[in-house]
Amino acid sequence: HLVVADLKELPVGGSTLSLFTNDKGGIEDDTIITQQQDSLYVVSNAGCADKDFAHLNKHAKIFQDQGADVEVRKIEDHSLIALQGPSAQKALEQLAGIDLAQMAFMTGQTVDIAGVPCHVARSGYTGEDGFELSIPTGEVVGITARLLENPEVKLAGLGARDSLRLEAGLCLYGSDIDATTTPMEANLVWTIGKRRRAEGGFIGADVILPQLAAKGGERRRIGLIVEGAPARAHAKVLSADGEEIGEITSGVPSPSLGKNVAMAYVRKGFNKRGTPLKVQVRNRIQEATVVKMPFVAANYHKI
Amino acid sequence: MLSVLRTARVRFAPAARRMAFRSFVTKYTESHEWVRIDGDTATIGVTDYAQNALGDVVYVEVPEANTEVEAEDVVGIVESVKSTSDIYSPLSGTIIEGNANVVANTKLVNKSPEADGWLFKIKFSDKEQLDALLDATKYKQLIEDGH
Repeated sequence: HLVVADLKELPVGGSTLSLFTNDKGGIEDDTIITQQQDSLYVVSNAGCADKDFAHLNKHAKIFQDQGADVEVRKIEDHSLIALQGPSAQKALEQLAGIDLAQMAFMTGQTVDIAGVPCHVARSGYTGEDGFELSIPTGEVVGITARLLENPEVKLAGLGARDSLRLEAGLCLYGSDIDATTTPMEANLVWTIGKRRRAEGGFIGADVILPQLAAKGGERRRIGLIVEGAPARAHAKVLSADGEEIGEITSGVPSPSLGKNVAMAYVRKGFNKRGTPLKVQVRNRIQEATVVKMPFVAANYHKI
Repeated sequence: MLSVLRTARVRFAPAARRMAFRSFVTKYTESHEWVRIDGDTATIGVTDYAQNALGDVVYVEVPEANTEVEAEDVVGIVESVKSTSDIYSPLSGTIIEGNANVVANTKLVNKSPEADGWLFKIKFSDKEQLDALLDATKYKQLIEDGH
């Protein structure tokens, strides 16, 4: 009811990206949900924690009042670290003592790391192979230090994270998607399960499904390559004729491409791949081109 | 005797001075620029401390030759992956040259901030403005104090 995913289809151990929607058809948060034996393991954005938890609790109560057996439990005693990159499997295996080659991307399971049982998800926000480790809080610093003993493992900050996720074409909630952007506008229709498109039954379906059918929505999220100085969030996007048609939502100089990459929303009709546009950076008008995302191809683990 | 004395007179310093090195004075600003002064011109760039704080430089704008500037005017930009910094002229005067090399090859700012990564040269008009600049010791103090 709260998300657009088809959770019936999700096998135990399987994970999926989904969206919490609101009654205007907008997006309240994005989340990765993993099916566990008797529960759903839900990871969403820390910045939306209070909002999401209140939302889950509110609707759980409604279902409970109708006789359903449902409970929401916040995990307060674990901490998350992300280990990402082509060598992540090798690095984690050293502490896990098991072979992880057969662990598929977008699955989650309990794994002992340095003897400590942790929830390990093979997923991430970088476009590369990697693991998101939920570790008992008392152990997280020790395990991080052990991982860092491996010379191939380094700490990375938010700047690195932002350039990786943007190169991979992944949205940042609050910047590229928010309560006003619909899945159609955000180009995230793929997150809506096939069964859900037919049946609905989620908040905002009465806005989202007709919009899907009519290819509606006023704007579209696009990828841009921008010449000149890097375009950053809130820079204006103009048509080739100089008419203001949209705005950048995220932008960074791509370390992998040596070019400026950006996400933007533009008026529907200006979103086709190859469309030449302009971007205003400070007092300069710079050339830009619409490109398909990801900017850098993903390198996920394949079994 | 007189003629002998005349020819025996030693020619002094001027020749020796002409062979000595030209001396540059380098001063600094609180916004982490270095200012290398040579007569009435100065070459200006950002310090090693600045390039380290900025990270990889991806975009540079420098002023055009013959532009008149006042001290504290913004004359250029140095932008890195994570942030943009305005470049201020510490002196009033006329721009002689902006470094086109650095615009084409922005990594020069990181690799050689205090030499090949220079940003612009200016013919300054007010020598007294030099007194307001920091000497090497004061600049070192500034960065050690963590500014």
